[in-house]
Amino acid sequence: MTINVKLKIWRQKNAQTKGKFETYVMENINIHLSFLELLDELNEKLIKNDEIPISFSHDCREGICGTCGLFINGRAHGHLRGVTTCQLHMQMFKDGETIVIEPWRARAFPVIKDLVVDRSALDKIIQAGGYMSANVGGAADADAIFITKGIADNAFAAAKCIGCGACVATCKNASAMLFTAAKVSHLAILPQGQCERMRRVRKMVDEMDRNSFGNCTNTYACEMDCPKNISIAHIARMNREYLRSVLT
Amino acid sequence: MKLDSKIPKGNLSEKWDNRKFEMRLVNPANKRKFDIIVVGTGLAGSSAAASLAELGYNVKSFCFQDSARRAHSIAAQGGINAAKNYQNDGDSVFRLFYDTIKGGDYRAREANVYRLAQLSGGIIDQCVAQGVPFARDYGGLLDNRSFGGAQVSRTFYAQGETGQQLLLGAYAALSRQIHLGKIEYFPYHEMLELVLINGHAKGIVTRNLITGEIKTHAAHAVIIATGGYSNVFFLSSNAMGSNASAVWRAHKKGALFANPCFTQVHPTCIPQMGDHQAKLTLMSESLRNDGRIWVPKSKETAKKLREEKIKPADVPEDERDYYLERKYPSFGNLVPRDVASRAAKEMCDQGLGITKNGNGVYLDFEEAIGRLGIDVIKSRYGNLFHMYELLMGDNPYKTPMKIFPALHYTMGGLWVDYDLMTTIPGLFCLGEANFSDHGANRLGASALMQGLADGYFIIPSTIGNYLASLGFEKVNADHPNFEKEKQKVLKQIEKFMSINGKSTPDEIHRELGKIMWNHVGIARSENGLKEAIKQIQSLRKIFYKDLKVTGETNNLNETLEKAGRVADFLELAELMAMDALNRKESCGGHFRVESQSKEGEAARNDKMFTYVAAWEYAGENKKPKLHKEKLTYENVTMTTRSYK
Repeated sequence: MTINVKLKIWRQKNAQTKGKFETYVMENINIHLSFLELLDELNEKLIKNDEIPISFSHDCREGICGTCGLFINGRAHGHLRGVTTCQLHMQMFKDGETIVIEPWRARAFPVIKDLVVDRSALDKIIQAGGYMSANVGGAADADAIFITKGIADNAFAAAKCIGCGACVATCKNASAMLFTAAKVSHLAILPQGQCERMRRVRKMVDEMDRNSFGNCTNTYACEMDCPKNISIAHIARMNREYLRSVLT
Repeated sequence: MKLDSKIPKGNLSEKWDNRKFEMRLVNPANKRKFDIIVVGTGLAGSSAAASLAELGYNVKSFCFQDSARRAHSIAAQGGINAAKNYQNDGDSVFRLFYDTIKGGDYRAREANVYRLAQLSGGIIDQCVAQGVPFARDYGGLLDNRSFGGAQVSRTFYAQGETGQQLLLGAYAALSRQIHLGKIEYFPYHEMLELVLINGHAKGIVTRNLITGEIKTHAAHAVIIATGGYSNVFFLSSNAMGSNASAVWRAHKKGALFANPCFTQVHPTCIPQMGDHQAKLTLMSESLRNDGRIWVPKSKETAKKLREEKIKPADVPEDERDYYLERKYPSFGNLVPRDVASRAAKEMCDQGLGITKNGNGVYLDFEEAIGRLGIDVIKSRYGNLFHMYELLMGDNPYKTPMKIFPALHYTMGGLWVDYDLMTTIPGLFCLGEANFSDHGANRLGASALMQGLADGYFIIPSTIGNYLASLGFEKVNADHPNFEKEKQKVLKQIEKFMSINGKSTPDEIHRELGKIMWNHVGIARSENGLKEAIKQIQSLRKIFYKDLKVTGETNNLNETLEKAGRVADFLELAELMAMDALNRKESCGGHFRVESQSKEGEAARNDKMFTYVAAWEYAGENKKPKLHKEKLTYENVTMTTRSYK
């Protein structure tokens, strides 16, 4: 089965120039194509027409690397819950539909080109403290610490974050609270994370604030568009961690 | 050139200790006088960069992705092996060593593999210390699952996202060292040349993928950890950006390339659905713990299933052929990957395939759900089932998955000695990019183990031995060789931009993939390989005549990046076919149709081929020179692999 779609895609040469929407019509699209394969096909056509193809970020194409991220019809990673852009397939779109495709928009994520944005601010938050300072060599036997299944599962649920930035893109305040909280929470829950617990949350939140992210006003949009369904309960935990850290 | 593998003296279990003691050390205060370049930030690259920085070296870390955390190790699903014997089921360092050597069909070095098994336990300890949330049981202890090619449970896992959790652990360690100023971090940078001074690796040339700037970087040693080359096949389970350019360009500078024909086809991928498909998606091998693989016994039933006239549930139990359980009763669905892949192809070649194009078999969970309940299956494979449903629109809790083999991993890579140094002094190669530990076939959950063993534990010791032989003078990029290599890169880019033909890099890449899958894929023959070499050579000519790249060189330009990668794939592909042609035996992932037993199983030729084939680059369009590293087995008896 095939469908026809109209794509309105944001084109922008670089951070210095202004961007605008361009319209492309794609006909007889196999519904088994993935959404990014549709863009591949469009790009092949553009190259053959001597035009510059559309830049968009992608890599693993199986929903785990966190590279891809498009704002599709007003939603980060499109309208389906719990998926990344690369996991969208054309069967999820209607024949004749107009699909609006934009880059992540946030002050902390300047546009590099077309749909590609610079998310290095997320790296910086991790660099500030998103780890346990455990040099190689001195680790005790892995089973020396008992960690009950519930705690391990909870930590895992937070650690699943793929760092795509959908939470920032979809938040009206462009806040990185869910991203930061997921890491704070993952490490604060585990017994190994206790030594640096107080310092870690302060350093990470301070770095987040330095990078022009907005604040959280509890709209829950981030949780809604997170491809890994990370719960905003982690934000609540981070707030508690932060308060405890600055007050004690 | 004489290959010296530098395998230490002594009993197998003492070799690594002996080597560590022999090696020269760099005094802690002197480590800061040495600069090290690490290319790639997957498990091997990130762990190496972090560990070396922890020791006090100055590290420069490069990756082509926008962040180190995106490297393709992230996509590994099932788990990581370690000889912890936490399950009390008879595991030991020797057993892990034995399974890996046997799984690799006796084409890997004993000493390297034993060291890998020795280090495996420490990896799990390190990862837990970093906060990797491995699966635990209710008592709080670590849980294990079993994997192909082993009869013990030694695989540690974090749901179906083990690679992600391990990589994020290594990425966190890397990030910490960036914060401490010990690592200079270069995301969005692609290595395009290796720079040698007096035959030693002293730096690289990179392109900044955002600005297009070509820049040189100098160091006392260079580490390449850029992964494998499955993407030569166009369709593979690798990420879109995974490429062989760093290893290939190092090869052209003198690093020998070992066993390029040893590629692994993974039995459980989601089948191809159309011509425009860009990549294939893998479903973790761990699914074979509980899933049962089958095809219908009759071709007529298969035809009805292909045409969707009946559903798999309509096929009664006695009309199903659980062919792995039938052919290999003791390992059943958990035979190693090469065996499972070949069996699937065999079934489909007989007309028993069940997808539209005939290339697919079932992986069925009905029995497991009945035995364990849906909640247990959900907790084990929930994310995989979800991923499958998104792609295929079928619910695997209710109807069996459709699967088919796809290119997944490459055992071949740059030749390295026991210290992981290539034939170029000062150039080291880690992880999937080297050839060292998996022989002709890798066991499941061993790639993560190897990447981290190389990065966390081996390179921190062995690189010191090399550095201690050097002086402390800073290496500067003002040596004329840096400028020379830079000009070479610029010239190549200019060439790609100026051809202005009609074929996009992807189109040519897709053609290359077809040649490789048809002739250098699951089954290989002399005639097919000769044909492949001819076709690759002519495709290469087309590439340089008919390539089309639009856009600019001083801006993000993915078409230009791709052109460079495809140019390298087109050369590497030929070497793979030549190596496959040379190896007139079947072993592991390399199956020559001329070399099989009466029952159609792979037949090794130990007399002729118990060696590592290491190829030396001889120049453009010249036949590469073959060097042989003889393999000797002192601790295991070479047997015919049997999983019956």
